Amino acid sequence: MPFLREFAAYLPDRVVSNAEIGSQVGCDAGWIRNVSGIEQRRFAAEDESVADLALRAAQACLEKAKISASALGMIMIASGSAERQFPGPAATVAHRLGLDSTPALDVPMASAGTLYAMALASRLCEGIGEILIVGAEKMSSVVLRPPMERGVAILFGDGAGACLVSPTEGKARVLGSTLHTDGAFAEDLKLGFDRPLEMNGRSVILQASRKVPRAISDLLDRHGRKAADVGTFLMHQANQNLIDRVAQALDVPAERFYSNIARYGNTSSASMLIAAAEWAESGWPAGESVCFTAFGAGFHWGALLAEA
Amino acid sequence: MDKRTKINEILNGIVGKTIAPAEDESLFDSGLLDSFALADLVSALEKAFELKIPDADLNPRKFDSIERIESYLEAHGK
Repeated sequence: MPFLREFAAYLPDRVVSNAEIGSQVGCDAGWIRNVSGIEQRRFAAEDESVADLALRAAQACLEKAKISASALGMIMIASGSAERQFPGPAATVAHRLGLDSTPALDVPMASAGTLYAMALASRLCEGIGEILIVGAEKMSSVVLRPPMERGVAILFGDGAGACLVSPTEGKARVLGSTLHTDGAFAEDLKLGFDRPLEMNGRSVILQASRKVPRAISDLLDRHGRKAADVGTFLMHQANQNLIDRVAQALDVPAERFYSNIARYGNTSSASMLIAAAEWAESGWPAGESVCFTAFGAGFHWGALLAEA
Repeated sequence: MDKRTKINEILNGIVGKTIAPAEDESLFDSGLLDSFALADLVSALEKAFELKIPDADLNPRKFDSIERIESYLEAHGK
């Protein structure tokens, strides 16, 4: 039985207000808040890499779990903003954790990467042992790339989130997961090499607002539960309006969806685990079920259900 | 009620006021609909015309004007 053992996050110090980013793309702070729910985001230092961000979250997670890196059976690093084509940040993070033979796998997926990694780790950990998952993104290096586009530049921030998946112990048992991909929309959200991020926001919102509730409902049905039975939803923090829409589609109060997008913006594959780390700080209530869900470029989407 | 009237009623309900876009006017470029209203529009069309719009058909351009909405519905026997 797989368990979610620990969570942690790392956010860079630099706070970037809506006024600051808005002044670079010709829009005001209030407009940004209205269309996204975002009030500020964090940007990493110029010399801080995706691997640097990932390492900080990885170390924090191991420290909280009170285990050493040598106890890990595998590392998975999800990122859509890594600096180079290969090798990805996973090998660097493993090396900097002092590991020289533990397998370290890159999951080069934006937004849904950590959900995919959690689902895979839950299925693999019985044979491999403890698996450390990190989602780390330096989206500032993407959105500040000229030509800056208003609809993209205002949304994203930097950060990293981590989760330790264990075959033996943890805060909650993983009951199941569901993963999906539909490549018909691959052109609607993409990042080419040295190119600006290209996003058809209408298509993303339209597809996400239908696919995410459906994936959650299917997963819950499979486990004999209803959306109303879920205590907390930890969703990829893409846009507050999208989060609210998914809650509405599932007929649950929006407050059940933990949200920190106002403070960090959309940190792509890192966001769901940053949210999880913050939410779990106050403890995972006994018996409470939590549904993780994400949607991102590909399109890839899915959900994972865990229960204390 | 004819199809055009029904579509107009749906749009009025989503926008929250009576609007009268030209049949070929872009509902997005004119600012009448945003991304989230588009999702509402698709759901309302499914309900009003009793059809299931598959995800593969959810291209915003197919629902960008009254003319295009009518064409989509006609192509699906509505």
